[in-house]
Amino acid sequence: MELLYPDYKSTRLRAPRRERIQLPRASTELTGPALWDGRVAPLDHDLTRQHDGEPLGERIVVHGRVLEADGRPVPNTLVEVWQCNAAGRYRHQGDQHPAPLDPNFTGLGRCLTGADGAFEFVTVKPGAYPWGNHHNAWRPAHVHFSVFGRAFAQRLVTQMYFPGDPLFGQDPIFNSVRDAAARERLVSAFDLERTRPEWALAYRWDIVLARTPFEDA
Amino acid sequence: MPDPTPPQTVGPFFAIGLPWDDGPQVVEPGTEGAIALRGVVLDGAGEPVPDALVETWQAPGAGCRGFGRCPTDVDGRWEIVTRKPAAADGEAPHVAVAVFARGLLHRVPTRIYFGDEPEANDADPLLSTLDPERRATLVAAPEDGGYRFDIHLQGDHETVFFGF
Repeated sequence: MELLYPDYKSTRLRAPRRERIQLPRASTELTGPALWDGRVAPLDHDLTRQHDGEPLGERIVVHGRVLEADGRPVPNTLVEVWQCNAAGRYRHQGDQHPAPLDPNFTGLGRCLTGADGAFEFVTVKPGAYPWGNHHNAWRPAHVHFSVFGRAFAQRLVTQMYFPGDPLFGQDPIFNSVRDAAARERLVSAFDLERTRPEWALAYRWDIVLARTPFEDA
Repeated sequence: MPDPTPPQTVGPFFAIGLPWDDGPQVVEPGTEGAIALRGVVLDGAGEPVPDALVETWQAPGAGCRGFGRCPTDVDGRWEIVTRKPAAADGEAPHVAVAVFARGLLHRVPTRIYFGDEPEANDADPLLSTLDPERRATLVAAPEDGGYRFDIHLQGDHETVFFGF
């Protein structure tokens, strides 16, 4: 894929420019880390229960499945998420947006997928925030996801968005995915069935990993 | 058949969650034969990249979990401790690498080969196809206690990255 997207300024000095090389033999990259003992604590999937009090914001369930390109689920794989709080502020020293930190929100979640590839997080809906890429630039609300899959070649870090966000059109990170249908695959679906009455709204988002090199061979 | 989910940049704030205290320890500290793999990540202006994440993968085994993960520091430096993998299936010893950073729309994959394996490197099916200047970007130089592998995202010395 083309890694330079000049509207997203940080790509200009960081995106590799030379032709990428096809490995004659993908060997090491066809396997990947699979043992996650001790990496996930029981409450790591619930970002609203990691402090003494509850975070402010709109409580949501985010769930889905991690799938192979052929539709098979990826069981027992590590899913990591991080996000800003409901006010649009990350708990990170590099975030200088003058919105309040929430003492009850770190913004980090982890879980392992089940036998059917399913994951579920409980969190609060992240806020939008300005980021200085261009005049009046605002990131649409999003949750960062990190997924491993079966092979190191499939390693995926991406972002999940929320349906109907009015900020999509002006966001060069969202639009760095040039194909409109592919961009839609970054957007979760409101999931009435998984809402928890009197408690939380819900969004569903499936993650589909790329085919591994030489799978067609 | 479902279509793949596109990648997006890791952004500047991944340190909230991705680094682990023991992330750089692919083998237990003090393991016999342990080596350090270290270097800096540089951008197209030759400036250090202080918000990159370097991940490594090699076949796991006794005392070696195979996977390493290290964020760069303010000077762009990263370091993992591992052991040199064995040659296998006609390939020279190597460690697979994925680099993530703000400004990278997808992780960029590369490999670390070892400068003190000249014969194996000459026979390697990848290295042997590259011209010397490009090949040199994949070969870590032996130094005190380990090997040095700088990653140039762009510029005259741009590291060889793979197309999967």
